[in-house]
Amino acid sequence: MMELVCPAGNLPSLKAAVDQGADAVYIGFKDETNARNFAGLNFNSRNIERGIEYAHQRGTRVFAAINTFPQPNGWHRWTDAVDLAAESGIDAVILADLGLLEYAAQRWPEMNLHLSVQGSATNYESIDFLHRTFGISRAVIPRVLSAAQVRHLAEHSPIPLELFGFGSLCVMVEGRCLLSSYATGRSPNTYGACSPGSHVEWIERPDGGTETRLGGILVDRFEANEAAGYPTICKGRFEVEGKEGYAIEEPTSLNTLELLPEMMSMGIGAVKIEGRQRSPAYVAQVTQVWREAIDRCQRDPEGFQVEPRWNAALSKVAEGAQTTLGAYQRTWQ
Amino acid sequence: MAIKISLGPVLYYWSEEQLRTFYRQVATAPVDIVYLGETICSKRRSLSSEQWIEIGHELQAAGKEVVLSTLALLEAESELKQLRKICKQENFLVEANDLAAVNIRSKAATPFVVGHSINLYNQATLALLARAGMSRWVLPVELSRETLSALQQDRPEGIETEVFGWGRLPLAYAARCYTARHHGLPKDECELRCLDDPDGMVLKTKEGQPFLTLNGVQTQSAQHHNLIGAVDEMTTLGVDIVRISPQSHFTMEVVQLFDQVRREVMSGAAGKEATARYLPYGGVDGYWYGKAGIE
Repeated sequence: MMELVCPAGNLPSLKAAVDQGADAVYIGFKDETNARNFAGLNFNSRNIERGIEYAHQRGTRVFAAINTFPQPNGWHRWTDAVDLAAESGIDAVILADLGLLEYAAQRWPEMNLHLSVQGSATNYESIDFLHRTFGISRAVIPRVLSAAQVRHLAEHSPIPLELFGFGSLCVMVEGRCLLSSYATGRSPNTYGACSPGSHVEWIERPDGGTETRLGGILVDRFEANEAAGYPTICKGRFEVEGKEGYAIEEPTSLNTLELLPEMMSMGIGAVKIEGRQRSPAYVAQVTQVWREAIDRCQRDPEGFQVEPRWNAALSKVAEGAQTTLGAYQRTWQ
Repeated sequence: MAIKISLGPVLYYWSEEQLRTFYRQVATAPVDIVYLGETICSKRRSLSSEQWIEIGHELQAAGKEVVLSTLALLEAESELKQLRKICKQENFLVEANDLAAVNIRSKAATPFVVGHSINLYNQATLALLARAGMSRWVLPVELSRETLSALQQDRPEGIETEVFGWGRLPLAYAARCYTARHHGLPKDECELRCLDDPDGMVLKTKEGQPFLTLNGVQTQSAQHHNLIGAVDEMTTLGVDIVRISPQSHFTMEVVQLFDQVRREVMSGAAGKEATARYLPYGGVDGYWYGKAGIE
């Protein structure tokens, strides 16, 4: 059985995911202990229990992402987050930091430990280390491997893999990308946000266009008739040796619906939807489509075809106009 | 004892001739430790592993400590195979830049260096990796002197600390090759075009500000990280080694300046002034002070 794991940035999103048939939802707390540390988002000690109760009553599991890297002066905030998740009856914690994995394994020996995508595991030797050291039971894989490489990894991994299926696309290995902190001092690793809002500027230009900056650095400049995107460095337009354009990646979204039969034949344990920062409407729409697609594929993997209406529904909520198979498709690399 | 100077692995694709010329100079330079091998892309094969080992022996004979460094991003089975080969040899210490190498070395009960691409951000991780066989760690580049100081206080006995002190900062790794992308080539048919860029390709903003460096699958800063002014402070904090990341020009000049500063022949401030001419896009040290890296 391939599990569908959906994002929930708040209680309405959690309910939307549960109602639309997610097998599991993942959440984070209101601080830098998780990689979606944005204002107005995430859970606290009060509503986490309500969320878990709502999900459990309907047979849905709840995971907590505590997937950033504590430094000495903040260590206890991270261990408190693990404790809060465990005491609230969470079904798994999604961790990246080695020290925190050790803490969780020792303090809560019965708890399911998943390796976060922030743990940068791209090969089975690293998964083996984490499995034998901490007993992790699942690993979320960075969005950098080709489909053939994922298949090889799944064959050799001692534990099931979770793959990203849809949502914003990190082109760098997660957990090892410091572009945001180079510009702002804050990275996903240390602060739980890439391109933190506090450092973002949208500047209207006299000609009606817009400039977007991060930490003062010009990430892109848009004409009046162009929609200005959020200044994420890897999706900006730059100049390299006289060529101007998206030097790193276009503002596309990942969409791997068409790979579902292949992912199932590899024995992938779960498919993850990105987007805890997105609206409950996004979560509902994406969960609904993926639920239907997974069920269809499970019944008849050979006859599986992506319905045009699924992609139409997904592209309405996707970031950017285009979707891509990302690194799963070798030519993208 | 004065802080040691290490030369990190060459992060760019240099030809065999460039590499051999470079390491001949290194043999007589005031560096104590030399990291050898390919850490960025397995398609870069100017030297075979046997040739790297041969250079290692030559440098060892010249009195250097030699460490074999390994790939930071391991995806293909062929890359794991090569990694196992490096990890198995017993002539040299190995630098792990991914947990895969940690796994192989710790299972064999052989020591390893933890490179800056492995996230060692707190005491618990430091202690855990020390128990697994780590003999030295390199501070992840985005961490500050304040975090370093706290980690040094709880450092297990016998563990050495190294700090990345000079060079373009390693900021990210990806499956996609940005050099191939720039030339409109798929990665599998990249024509090894990065051989033309001995210091990578600079990426500028639309207003012409140099910002990043594209180096195949790796992204670096355009500016050089320069901690020559903080060598004294590192010594006070008990840092054992300062790392210089090789660049195609002026690396030996920079080594000389770091050497003069560590021997207190020159002040850190004078060293900083003297290095200015070797910084095509200026120097930065923000990470060390807990700020944006580009500051």
